[in-house]
Amino acid sequence: MKRKITTMIVMTSMMLLGACGEPGVETPDADGTSTEAVETVEISVVGSTTVQPLAELLSEAYEAIDPNVLVTVSGGGSSVGVKSASEQSADIGMASREIKASEIQECPEIVIHTIARDGIAIVVNPDVDVDELSIDEARAIFAGEITDWSEVGGTPGIITVASREEGSGTRSAFEDLVMEDAFISATAILQPSNGAIRTTVVTTPGSITFISFGYLDDSTKPIAIDGAFPTPENVNEGSYPVVRPLNMVTYGEPTGAVAEWLEFILGEDGQAIVAAEGYLPIN
Amino acid sequence: MTSGTRRTGIEKAMKTVLLISALASVLIVLLIFIFTMKEATPAFREIGVWKMLSDTTWRPGNDQFGILAMIAGSGLVTLGAVLIGVPLALGTAVFLSEIAPCWIAGIVRPSIELLAGIPSVVYGLFGMVVLVPLVRTIPAPGNAGYGLLAASIVLAVMILPTIANISEFAIRSVPKGYKEGSLALGATKWETISRVIIPAAKPGIISAVVLGLGRALGETIAMIMVIGNSVILPTAITDNPLSIFLSRARTLTGNIAVEISYATGIHESALFATGVVLFILIMLVNGSARFLMKMGVKS
Repeated sequence: MKRKITTMIVMTSMMLLGACGEPGVETPDADGTSTEAVETVEISVVGSTTVQPLAELLSEAYEAIDPNVLVTVSGGGSSVGVKSASEQSADIGMASREIKASEIQECPEIVIHTIARDGIAIVVNPDVDVDELSIDEARAIFAGEITDWSEVGGTPGIITVASREEGSGTRSAFEDLVMEDAFISATAILQPSNGAIRTTVVTTPGSITFISFGYLDDSTKPIAIDGAFPTPENVNEGSYPVVRPLNMVTYGEPTGAVAEWLEFILGEDGQAIVAAEGYLPIN
Repeated sequence: MTSGTRRTGIEKAMKTVLLISALASVLIVLLIFIFTMKEATPAFREIGVWKMLSDTTWRPGNDQFGILAMIAGSGLVTLGAVLIGVPLALGTAVFLSEIAPCWIAGIVRPSIELLAGIPSVVYGLFGMVVLVPLVRTIPAPGNAGYGLLAASIVLAVMILPTIANISEFAIRSVPKGYKEGSLALGATKWETISRVIIPAAKPGIISAVVLGLGRALGETIAMIMVIGNSVILPTAITDNPLSIFLSRARTLTGNIAVEISYATGIHESALFATGVVLFILIMLVNGSARFLMKMGVKS
């Protein structure tokens, strides 16, 4: 479904651009040589596996507009993304979290481009009769200090915490936004993907975990944090607190094809793809 | 050139080709070990070998890299798999070689071979949707189903074909005269099997179990799906010491597979160090198997 919408957007934007014959987008060359002779420009994009699928769609869409640009997207995780940009081993690094102060200190030249935002929802097993937690209660639960649902107003029953693995961008964003200085309990069930963690929580009584908005569906039961349910509307209003940026990182201000691709992502068509994929556009 | 010299030429060439093939596997093992060791060296140097092996806290974000919990996890899940799987596999082997009529063996043997052909991710899936909910019904506080017991059962089924096949072969290789002699002396069929045939097949059975152990230690994806992956030293969750198997755990292989795609720097190196520990563990197991087999042959 989402794919279909994206394809439609890509096709529409192609048609529009084709009809207008907009200059500048078609031919990035300043010297005005004929389009046939333009060499293919490669853009390498490396990093977060959360941003990766989105980046792939954005690159497909852009290649349809400008066939002379070839964007290669590969994973590796947010840390790898920032590192690749700092070391200039990739044109663009992807990160599904804030860039750490230590990373900026290590390479002050990097420029951060936020291309979308993504909320992280706290979900529980559908049998759990708690609908709301304060952010402090959530922290205490994930840290293993609150261990029974009766302590937060539910029917008595042991809380089973489930979490993503160490290094996951979703986990590190959740740690930054919710856990602060506390650690996620060592006894938590760990699953190495969004899909597996969702299955675990849907099937395990009394369990709780966190997942990206993109993975919420009918089987999950999201709960409100500080009174706000995890919905795009609440994020836009600013009442839902657990939101992370999806970032593209470049070494210095981008130029040439890289700058144009980023411009496309931040423009109307790019942001439409972002929204169609279930993420939050930046405006 | 006469046909005779050509033939010796081919002989020599083939000898070299075969030697190279044999050396290739030795070379590959060496290369893998050297590479893993090289990548692991920074971790061993910065964290310290003993600190890694004796610390139970694994928190890469906080520069804590203890793998004792994972060693215990791998050890316990393998023990569980052996406790469940070996009796089952041995029973199967004895039944197939000594008792089963042809037509039943004709059904059982292909089924076991099929069992060996099922990809491990399918075992994991089965464990996740069938075994985990089943284990969850055991009443114990904090038992979520994910843990050593579910993992041991999955692993037991996975190592069953290896152990059953090789044991059956070992039992079949026992000279007919042993069995005939025992029966002629008036021993019953069961006495013959338990006192004569199995002891005679012991070296083969031991090597079967050890090969199973090796497979159990190395199994990754099915374990990740059912064991819970928590980095904790497994402990009994009720008064019953057996409830240690209801505890969650993480295996050495799981530790590498779960985190390698994110790891950089010392964290990555620590994961390679986990690999070195696994490597050495498997070498120890195989080495002790060779030793036991030699002892078995002698006695």
